[in-house]
Amino acid sequence: MNARDELTAAERDSARGPVLLTGNHALAWAAKLARPQVVPVYPVTPQTPVMEKLTEFQAAGEFDAEVITPESEHSVMAACVPASLAGSRVFTATASQGLLLMHELLHYAAGARAPIVMANINRTVASPWAFWPDATDSLAQRDTGWIQFYSESAQESLDTTIQAFRIAEAVLLPAMVSHDAFYVSHALEPVSIPAQALVDEFLPPYAPPHRLDTQKVESWGNVVTQEMFYRHRQEMEAAMARVPRLADEVDADWAARTGRAWGGALESYRCDGARTVIVTLGSLCGTVREAVDAMRSAGDAVGLLKVRLFRPLPVAALRARLAGVPEVIVLDRNHSPGAGGVLHQELKAALYGLADAPRLHGYLAGVGGVNVPPERIAAFVRQARASEPVPESVWVR
Amino acid sequence: MRRIELRSDEILCSGHAACPGCIDALSVRHVLAAMGPDTMAVIPPSCMAIIAGPQPYSSLKIPVYQPTLEASAAAASGLRRALNAQGRHDTQVVVLAGDGGTYDIGFQCLSSAAERNEDFIYFCLDNEGYMNTGAQKSSSTPHYASTGSTPAGKTSRKKNLTEIMAAHEVPYVATANVAFLPDLLAKVEKAKAMRGTRIITLLIPCLDGWGVDDDLGLAVARCAVECGAFPLYEVEDGRTWRLNHAARTRPVADYLAMQRRYRHLTPAQIDALQAEVDEQWARLCAKAAGATEARVADSVAT
Repeated sequence: MNARDELTAAERDSARGPVLLTGNHALAWAAKLARPQVVPVYPVTPQTPVMEKLTEFQAAGEFDAEVITPESEHSVMAACVPASLAGSRVFTATASQGLLLMHELLHYAAGARAPIVMANINRTVASPWAFWPDATDSLAQRDTGWIQFYSESAQESLDTTIQAFRIAEAVLLPAMVSHDAFYVSHALEPVSIPAQALVDEFLPPYAPPHRLDTQKVESWGNVVTQEMFYRHRQEMEAAMARVPRLADEVDADWAARTGRAWGGALESYRCDGARTVIVTLGSLCGTVREAVDAMRSAGDAVGLLKVRLFRPLPVAALRARLAGVPEVIVLDRNHSPGAGGVLHQELKAALYGLADAPRLHGYLAGVGGVNVPPERIAAFVRQARASEPVPESVWVR
Repeated sequence: MRRIELRSDEILCSGHAACPGCIDALSVRHVLAAMGPDTMAVIPPSCMAIIAGPQPYSSLKIPVYQPTLEASAAAASGLRRALNAQGRHDTQVVVLAGDGGTYDIGFQCLSSAAERNEDFIYFCLDNEGYMNTGAQKSSSTPHYASTGSTPAGKTSRKKNLTEIMAAHEVPYVATANVAFLPDLLAKVEKAKAMRGTRIITLLIPCLDGWGVDDDLGLAVARCAVECGAFPLYEVEDGRTWRLNHAARTRPVADYLAMQRRYRHLTPAQIDALQAEVDEQWARLCAKAAGATEARVADSVAT
């Protein structure tokens, strides 16, 4: 039986149970189920299987979106924005250099309040050239006004992408769902594909009140005054502020329909009574889970706090969950030269002034895709307990 | 003399922000009147974006999307496909971009959209430089012209956008000029009746950027065609070339003398420009004649 037969069978009867999908094919399935009307997309390693699976669906007559294949990711995002403003649901996918090439348009999309959903495969940023898991590409887009989710598995990527459409369209901000190169993008995992009817009910068609339409004659992008710009940014902030709670609610609704919950904005894994909590995002969470299980089995109270929603950062929830924890370790598989780990910076700011704040250690682990096995994570815990926290991020491996 | 019946349903309203005597506004007024109200405009940063007006005002009675400077053809593609997905096939998408946004920074995505034969009409409002930022050179600026970034005169020739786009073999590529209004309107109507990527480049003398008196914009535009510096022609499917104004009745020197951007020219440079125009004209005539010969050959073959 070839892959096509397996997938078709899976769609016919999702109740038969999970099928093996790569993380990228899970993303393509999510996009197909969400019924986007316009999909501009450009190939880039390791995103390309998302694009190829969608065009394969289209060629088979199973996916009727307008697929646009421009000459660059810059033009991809340039096409996404007005397509969304015309009232269409829009999906795209990219990675690494492609995401960076889009940078100008990422700001533009958020400013235009265009609820585009984009999958991003976290890959090292050149130079030098490399193709390894590293989230610097998307974390460097933190100021662009995009909602950002990080996923740990193929199933979570599928579910989160569908959830992201609902959240983005509710607050009129674009949303990005990132998973790690190869560890998630190309690894085969069992994935349950929800029925189309379930997704249709969860995600009704996109019908914005304002849109580019010759019957209504509204415009976007004209020059504004200082006062209008200021108000516009305040409105974007207010929309962002709704997202953490919405992420929890939408995840709960998804769980009620599918039986799968991902924790909403933040997932606490075995954090009860923890002496040490490890905070991280992406595929590292899977490794940390194993380390936590091993340490818990050995009688050491260690937990994982997974940052699923990075933008907006769920600051209130982070403070609530980390207050009173003696030791917190942030693991960053990314690097901002001169500043260290991006999540470490964010956590320092989020916990600032907290009365019962933890000792906070920032470790640059796995930068550039360097392997971080579970036993090393146990060693990081011992290292943190034996040393005084410093403001800078510390290189570990 | 033929009388032109102009449409009364104005889409570009009075009270807009163009300079007095602006040929950009005059050209777009006629273009959009011919396009009609079921049209959406993509207008990147340019003089036309200013003329379109600041929020919440608009001088245009149609929806406008203002993309980033380099992305007009990509944005028009996205807009077009969204309309297609909604079954709005009759709504026309037009781009109103300057030469900087077309010949230079927007060229990559224009080439790509043309290769995909995306369904929109791209109007390049070619005033031969970055006039909205105070007149710097673009790759459309002609040889020897003085600009803010080429004060001693540009050292290279104007890029031939029309021939480059014709080489993409899109359904329709043309040059036009509001000083030849019947020709301009015929081209807009012709393009409107087609589908696929259609590109019309309009020469827009910029009074301030070129150093032309306020009341001479149209005269300069007319002279550009009469001397052959800006030939009026059209190309269908990259194969059928047609000259629309086949006579050259004035020397290039007449055209240069009307513009302060050329006042530093030496007689030798004027001669050189005349020679360049002669060469371009001869090439164009050969293509127009060749197209005729090719059509004859086709009919013989069949």
